[in-house]
Amino acid sequence: MPDEFAVELINVAKQFDQVVAVDNVSLQIRDGEFFSLLGPSGCGKTTTLRMIGGFEMPTSGNVLIGGEIQGFKPPFQRPVNTVFQSYALFPHMTIFDNVAFGLQMKKVSKSEIKQRVNEMLELVQLSDVGRRKPNQLSGGQQQRIALARALINKPKVLLLDEPLGALDLKLRKAMQLELKALQQRVGITFIYVTHDQEEALTMSDRIAVMNQGKVLHLDTPEEIYEHPANRFVADFIGETNFMEGKVSQLNEERVFVAVDDQVPVPLLPTRDVQLGQVVTVAVRPEKLSVSAEKKREVDIPGTIDEVIYIGTDIRYIVRITEKTTLAVREQNRGGLSAQRFSIGDHIHIGWYARNASLLTE
Amino acid sequence: MNKNKRKQWRVFGLIFPSLFWLVVFFAIPLILVLAMSFGERGTYGGVIWNFNLENFARFFDFSDPLYLRIFGRTLYIAAITTLVSFLIGYPMAFWIASQPEKRRNSLLMMLMLPFWTNFLVRTYAWILILRDQGVINTIWAGHFHNAVVWLVAVLPGLPLDWLVQATSNPLPLFGTNLAIIIGLTYGWLPDMVLPCYAAIERFDGSLVEAAQDLYANRVQAFFRVIFPLTLPGVVAGSILVFIPSLGAYVTPDLLGGAKSVMIGNIIYSQFMSARDYPFGAAISFVLMALMLAGTLFYFRFTVAGQKGEPGHD
Amino acid sequence: MTKRLNPQAMKTPFRFKIGRYILTAHGLLSYVFLYAPIIILIIFSFNASKFVTGRWHGFTLIWYQKLFVDEAIGAALRNSLYISLVATFVSTIFGTMVSLAMERYNFWGKMPFDALLYLPIIIPDIAMAVMLLLFFVMVKIPLGKLTIIISHIAFDISFVAIVVRARLAQFDSALEEAAQDLYANNWKTFRYVTFPLLMPGILAGALLAFTLSLDDFVITFFTAGPGSSTLPLRIYSLVKLGVTPEINALSAVMLLASFLLVVLSVWLQKGGDGKVDFM
Repeated sequence: MPDEFAVELINVAKQFDQVVAVDNVSLQIRDGEFFSLLGPSGCGKTTTLRMIGGFEMPTSGNVLIGGEIQGFKPPFQRPVNTVFQSYALFPHMTIFDNVAFGLQMKKVSKSEIKQRVNEMLELVQLSDVGRRKPNQLSGGQQQRIALARALINKPKVLLLDEPLGALDLKLRKAMQLELKALQQRVGITFIYVTHDQEEALTMSDRIAVMNQGKVLHLDTPEEIYEHPANRFVADFIGETNFMEGKVSQLNEERVFVAVDDQVPVPLLPTRDVQLGQVVTVAVRPEKLSVSAEKKREVDIPGTIDEVIYIGTDIRYIVRITEKTTLAVREQNRGGLSAQRFSIGDHIHIGWYARNASLLTE
Repeated sequence: MNKNKRKQWRVFGLIFPSLFWLVVFFAIPLILVLAMSFGERGTYGGVIWNFNLENFARFFDFSDPLYLRIFGRTLYIAAITTLVSFLIGYPMAFWIASQPEKRRNSLLMMLMLPFWTNFLVRTYAWILILRDQGVINTIWAGHFHNAVVWLVAVLPGLPLDWLVQATSNPLPLFGTNLAIIIGLTYGWLPDMVLPCYAAIERFDGSLVEAAQDLYANRVQAFFRVIFPLTLPGVVAGSILVFIPSLGAYVTPDLLGGAKSVMIGNIIYSQFMSARDYPFGAAISFVLMALMLAGTLFYFRFTVAGQKGEPGHD
Repeated sequence: MTKRLNPQAMKTPFRFKIGRYILTAHGLLSYVFLYAPIIILIIFSFNASKFVTGRWHGFTLIWYQKLFVDEAIGAALRNSLYISLVATFVSTIFGTMVSLAMERYNFWGKMPFDALLYLPIIIPDIAMAVMLLLFFVMVKIPLGKLTIIISHIAFDISFVAIVVRARLAQFDSALEEAAQDLYANNWKTFRYVTFPLLMPGILAGALLAFTLSLDDFVITFFTAGPGSSTLPLRIYSLVKLGVTPEINALSAVMLLASFLLVVLSVWLQKGGDGKVDFM
């Protein structure tokens, strides 16, 4: 049943001249969901969003909104609205006229427009700026107006193209929470494009990680962070240590990988692998701990190469083989009095087998 | 202290030559003309410096609207020229702005190239085209006429007699207001296109997408968003076409006839044939006042227009 | 981040493309409008007819031959070049000096002087021509080459100043500070840093002044005296006397010369920073 989904992409592809921007993407976005398209610049996430909005037409495939095939429908005939990266507020109109624009185009009566605009301005906590021009507002205020201008039309889906990109860090953090709260209040499906993994993790119900026009991993933030589907996702989201090696031993409960043909590392058998297959082990620095003797299930001896003091954490770079070093993040709980290791110390790195991922691509 | 003085001398040294030249050979002559426009013509062509408004009264005389009519015609021709330039130039600028960067630059270059050639020569080219023996009429009253006559001879039943009649005489193009408007439009079109182009080029395309996203169709998006935001360019271009059209002398002199005299022509005749310097000065005064008004309007508008826009940088 | 307006970004069904086709057709036709008269003029300068008509009578170079032996045109050309070169030389120096002062220093009376500097550009030719004529008559300077040169300098200064000031405005003053930091005094800074970097702008200004002087008709017409006829004045009198094919040839030569000048000026400016400024 296609109409369960707010938006559905079926084998959508977009080619610009010789460049494939979006490569056969299929997605299903549920009603009321906060859905993020995450990826580095040029990965096709903005093009995907623009195809949903009707600003680009797919070279092949179908875009469905609320179960309806959109075809070549121009933006003004689609039941979605967009918050643009640059906000695209009309500089020659007042804030009131900007927010009222969509309703005016739909020929809503003047009294209703007035009432709804005022309600909307109240919702974004900017009731008293109606008479001003966009350039008289701060970046954060412009952002809210852009949001109000789109939401007032009660779209089925709201498309947001890196809407917080132009704000400074502190404001961005505050707006992230505000946006999420707003989305829950209005109950509209949000499709959110960002290259900021932290932002995507904070706000989304589900995330699609994209690279080179393809969706590499689509899941909840926790799943994507804890069990990345492949090396790119593991690397792009958060920080990850990678170890290469061949599968040396296999049983029901554990897979053993001989990192650099010497250090055996046990993992959960989350993927089908064969003996001798070359695989990658990924494990996040904060899951590792450094100690003087063996402490955890997985234990690898190593030598401290570097010690970096970051304030909240202490970071060790530990050499475990000729080729491979691992980054370890220890929380700075003890302050100055805590035991610390120094360069050259021989130590043990430990972690739980369930915290490492077995990657085949 | 000493350093400051040296700096003052340096600045003075740098501006003095231009200051001297512009004061002696521009500002003083300008004041002279303005002063003379309140004077009176002497019996032998000299000037009597008694302050009066006779010259202006003569120019704006409603009971004998000879000059007023020329004034009106000048305004009319300049306005139509501006309008035609806009109708040709704005879509042209829009088209150029939508081309890929490399082609855009060559198109701009090709736009400017004729502009740099001699105005007289360009105007003369239109004589060749518009004259009774010109290119258009050679085709119209020559080739086309012959073709129609031949057609009627071959197929006598065709109801084309009216066309034979119409083409037997050359089209009255040369020596008309139309010829002047064509000549002026041709002369000043780039002055309309460039400011429009500049406004369209720096226009933020995502605003159109925003308008379309908010249910404006293409026509509505154009009139509600694109046109208002590029209006400063249109105003700039219009002033740049309107002012030189008002003061045109060569174009009406070469392409116009006795019935299409403009202000520029009467200024010329007051100085060169009638030798009524004060009256000529008064007409120049009127012309300059119009120009000044246009320029002030231009600055007013563009400065006010920029205020409403976000920073373009 | 702003996006350029790109109507092609949306691939749309045919009925929406009609507008674009019309726009393209309009653009191309506009260029035909711009170039047709020039091309017609050049074609008819090779027309073998004794009279100027729209009818083609065969190819000839006779009008060009006549042109090159025409003594009056030769004299007019010499006058034109002499007047333009002198006016350009003087106005380029004056204009560059005043630009430096206007862009670098603040001084008493700068605002009104700025207005005075712009006024010759916006005032209609005919008004400027009239006031200069009156002035020369009143102070009894005999009309001739001298009065033409004086008048040309009066408007050329403003145009040179505009071009040079634009160049100065985009000038990175850190370069001059760097030179001073490296022990160059004011004069050496100007000589070795400012001036060479300003040179393309000065040359572009000079070329503009030269073109304007060479092409000027109205102001020259009013301030000329006996024996000081320039090329545009010559063309004008030829046109007024009755159109002959010789004018076509003369016009074609002048068009070609202008084109070469433009190409030269673009080339000069590209040598500077790769950016072409259009007037």
